[in-house]
Amino acid sequence: MTPVFFILGALLLGVGLWRMDASAERIWLGLTKLGWLLALMWPPSAGGVFWELLKSLLESLAMAFLGTLLAAVIAVPLAPLGAGNVIGNVMLRFSARRFYDGLRGIDTLIWALIFVAAVGMGPFAGILALAVPDIGVLAKLFSEALEGADRRQVEAVRAAGANRVLAVRIGLLPQVSPVMLSQMLYTLESNARSSTVLGIVGAGGIGLALSDRIRINNWDEVAFIILLILGMVACIDWANRKLRLKLIRPAS
Amino acid sequence: MRWREAKALRQRNWFLWAALLSLAIALSAWVGEVSISRLVQGVPLAGAYIAGTLPSLRLDHLSGDLAHWMWGFTDWLELLADTILIAYVGTVLGGLVALLLSFPAAATLAPAWIVMPVRRFLELLRTIPTLVLALIFVYAFGLGAFAGMLAIAVHTAGALGKLFAEEHENASLAQMEAVRAAGGTWAAQMRFGIFPQSLPGVLSYGLLRFEINVREASVLGIVGAGGIGEELYLAVRQFEYQDISAILLLILATVAAIDLLCGRLRHIVLGKAGA
Repeated sequence: MTPVFFILGALLLGVGLWRMDASAERIWLGLTKLGWLLALMWPPSAGGVFWELLKSLLESLAMAFLGTLLAAVIAVPLAPLGAGNVIGNVMLRFSARRFYDGLRGIDTLIWALIFVAAVGMGPFAGILALAVPDIGVLAKLFSEALEGADRRQVEAVRAAGANRVLAVRIGLLPQVSPVMLSQMLYTLESNARSSTVLGIVGAGGIGLALSDRIRINNWDEVAFIILLILGMVACIDWANRKLRLKLIRPAS
Repeated sequence: MRWREAKALRQRNWFLWAALLSLAIALSAWVGEVSISRLVQGVPLAGAYIAGTLPSLRLDHLSGDLAHWMWGFTDWLELLADTILIAYVGTVLGGLVALLLSFPAAATLAPAWIVMPVRRFLELLRTIPTLVLALIFVYAFGLGAFAGMLAIAVHTAGALGKLFAEEHENASLAQMEAVRAAGGTWAAQMRFGIFPQSLPGVLSYGLLRFEINVREASVLGIVGAGGIGEELYLAVRQFEYQDISAILLLILATVAAIDLLCGRLRHIVLGKAGA
């Protein structure tokens, strides 16, 4: 069985390469051009507009933050619909889950295209574009967190005479909130990466500056912007790791 | 007394976090040029736009309406096949590079002075956004699927290299030592001692990555790097509302089908490991 898979896989690889006309000549030409671009990238330069670039980088970051927050605010009330221990109706739960999958299945950049056409260019379209697929991701993760919660704590609070709201507040929320917050931080991290390219379709952030510089062949500035993006991603990763550790092990 | 102090401290902490959060929100809203009024105005606008893309399907003309909506079906199907091919070739080539680099990146298998630079290199490969790579490759290799495939391959090499290395680190060293005792070189130790153990994990991560790459490949066309994205971009730009929903539906169906297929394959792969 294994050799069959192997041969089929190799065949598909060949077909793919042939369809993309990956000739040796093309690869060689491309690599020379790439080497030439890399040489042009050194030394990276801000082109005298460092503060403007920094501002659009911050815009990307702000988009990521607000997009995540918006997604979380919408995902929280949606989450119980997908949780097996809250919604007994299998059909409703199934369709809720497929709906979340649908939101996730379409890439952020496609949503950005749509929202730029709908609400105009700028960071606002980017925020909506980041939020929509994340609603799907977070609603799914939140409903899984709800399913994983221990029922007995809720029942204990109820047995002590609390009403439903209090039962959720004291019995359920403390169990799921660290998980939910940690998932939100993951989403923020991934959004910080995605938000840097949304500008390519006009949805705000540093991407616009980047695609502009590539279009007009200012490769030293391209290198600078890429370095800025790498720096921001590294900062966010670091801050997130710290915050997550704090959340998982709260100071006793 | 102690309890009251603890409670006061907790309240103070809580207020501090709440204040920090609202400050961050206010600051980002200012930088991102959003306000509540804009949100209230914008969301219905976006909803109306999305509703406008939906086709008018009437029950009595269903087949005619469907044909009208999906007028470019065969072309789109071909582009979708291209998209999947881009993802497939990118995943396989990137995965092969990842596999080669994952052995020197595994802390238990290679000396520290090799592990560090290889890991940094993999990190660099996966931190540059795929779309940025695609933009650069389109410039170097020309418009078309080849540039998109390379962009996906580079990102995949970085992402999978790390995961593969972690798989190798989890493998037991006893089998590697057995190969060494029999006189095997380092490469032979990796090939016959470590790789058989990490193979199920490697395949499973590869399949997961393929799912992600299909999604990524669907947008590469926006920067001219092949696949269905270009057609979608044109539809949005030329206000062909019904085409937008038709193409989106096809993308969704493709992604769902690939997810399903990969899920099955992963079960087979991991099931073999258990047996």
